[in-house]
Amino acid sequence: MADILGAEVDEEGFLVDLKDWTKEIAVEMAKGDDIDLSEEHWDVINFLRDYFEEYQIAPAVRVLTKAIGKQFGKEKGNSKYLYSLFPYGPGKQGCRFAGLPKPTGCI
Amino acid sequence: MAKEFDIPKLPTYLEIPEINEGAMEGKGPFKSSKEFQTPLGFPGEKVDNWQEVAINKMGELKSKYRSVQVFLDACVKCGACTDKCHYFLGSSDPKNMPVARQDLFRSVYRRHFTFAGKYFPKLVGAKELDDEMLDDWYNYFHQCSQCRRCSVFCPYGIDTAEISMAAREVLDAVGVGQKYCNQILGKAITIGNNLGLPEPALRDTLLDLEEEIEEETGVAVKYPLDVKGAEILLITPSADFFAEPHIDGLIGYGKVFHQDGVSWTMSSYAAEGANFGMFIGSYDIMRKAALRIRKAALDLEVSRVMVGECGHAWRVAYSFWNTLTGVGAGASATDEFAQKLQNQLDSRYPQPQHIIEYTHDLIQRGKLDFDKSANDDRTVTFHDSCNVARATNMGGIPNGQFILPREVIKAVCNNFVDMERGTIMESTFCCGGGGGLLTDDLMEIRIKGAMPRMQALKEVEKSDAVDTLVAICAICKSQFSKVLPKFDFDPYMIVSAHQLVSEAIIMDKPQTDDSQAEVAKEAETEKVD
Repeated sequence: MADILGAEVDEEGFLVDLKDWTKEIAVEMAKGDDIDLSEEHWDVINFLRDYFEEYQIAPAVRVLTKAIGKQFGKEKGNSKYLYSLFPYGPGKQGCRFAGLPKPTGCI
Repeated sequence: MAKEFDIPKLPTYLEIPEINEGAMEGKGPFKSSKEFQTPLGFPGEKVDNWQEVAINKMGELKSKYRSVQVFLDACVKCGACTDKCHYFLGSSDPKNMPVARQDLFRSVYRRHFTFAGKYFPKLVGAKELDDEMLDDWYNYFHQCSQCRRCSVFCPYGIDTAEISMAAREVLDAVGVGQKYCNQILGKAITIGNNLGLPEPALRDTLLDLEEEIEEETGVAVKYPLDVKGAEILLITPSADFFAEPHIDGLIGYGKVFHQDGVSWTMSSYAAEGANFGMFIGSYDIMRKAALRIRKAALDLEVSRVMVGECGHAWRVAYSFWNTLTGVGAGASATDEFAQKLQNQLDSRYPQPQHIIEYTHDLIQRGKLDFDKSANDDRTVTFHDSCNVARATNMGGIPNGQFILPREVIKAVCNNFVDMERGTIMESTFCCGGGGGLLTDDLMEIRIKGAMPRMQALKEVEKSDAVDTLVAICAICKSQFSKVLPKFDFDPYMIVSAHQLVSEAIIMDKPQTDDSQAEVAKEAETEKVD
């Protein structure tokens, strides 16, 4: 199995053990996708981690967009904005950087 | 990262491609690990005596499902199916011709289960099940979305999907499962939905939705969860809670229920319509998932069970629930719970009922008012989802599964155009992501397989300026969001049928103090008169 900074990741690049997550790992994962993590990225990543801590799952896209809109301004509360930060999808790419498991299902 | 590949160009007319052997050769999707195999009762890894296990499993399947044996024996290689598969048309790999894909399985069946194949294997194309063959099974049976378009054109009515299901069942039995399906099934049968959405998260998501609708419309549309004694239990794909554009369809269902004034609920124990047990061909696992719905219906004492916009959920519900769980009719006399459920359900309604049937019925009875101009900015076409189109019915009338969704769309929207006749209704082209293929590691075949549908869509875009694609299946919606931009379409053009309903429906506003005062005043005036 592959690893990122010593932390084991699965074939899709998600952390195997969520406890391994560090900010450095997120930065490294993003680099692999040619993304420099900006403050805006961190706003989303931190929200994802907080939500996961409370509910043990990633938020629904609508919950995420609404929350980001509320906290950081209405113009940011839409999926187009989130896709501009995470081109592979805020759900999948965002969750990966945040050390969350990959959302599964018909999504 | 994923390998590079060319995105097919959209031709003006669909033509049979020149074959390109080995175009889709490969290792197939990610394999399931022990972690996901064991909870489903499958070996954690490829077993040592896998050949023996596989042949025994094939023997079991051919006796258990007579249809499988008939389909394996009946093919005469006429070739009618060869150019009917979207994956062949999009990839040009000859092993994606339905007959050739089935023959990977059939040749092994011949070798072990027919007289000629046992003694004269070369004469009848019988082959041994070796490592190479098993790898081919894994790769190519995960390039079939079980959409059954080829079956429509087969003069013998061979249901290729059943062969794909059988092959996947054998693969699971030897410990070679697919990660995407099996990981999801683990969540579905333990947590109750494919996402693994626990009750508090679901409740919170629904509350959020209620808040949003009230803010937008001023109407308190509710999304009840686990309400005992409600009339209707809605079983919808969990993507409706989670993903875009699905959630706008869920908003539509809620508005329709609100206007009808019916009591309804969803269940946190069975918050999933999708049933991937069908995709992997496992009756037992399909039943496990379906039994959660039966338990929810019994516990909540509902009198109606309704299914949201999910293609294969409707197939499982419409075609299999009655024997799997006892919704509708057909429960065995010794199955106490199935009998109980049948007595509990209200026989004046179809059981189960599709949300489209429900909305259609309300429209017919004049119970809903619409402002169709709300959708005037759109020109809409409808994508028939394969499982709805080729495995179910709606409304109890011939072709109702094609008619009802279109009637609902036309009732809420002025501009509707159908795509070319050979690509819709019973001949509909799969979205390219069905049957357990909706995973990133299969993106190449998903994009190539979407080509025929995209071609038909492009034609109506050119001829009628179609800018909205409607589907009533969670998989189709997710797949289209991903593949549309690859073919120069707007990814946001895909919507739920109930999103259009949601946009046009006229909601009764709660009476304000002013209007109540007016009513009171009028009443007083009447008294004076």
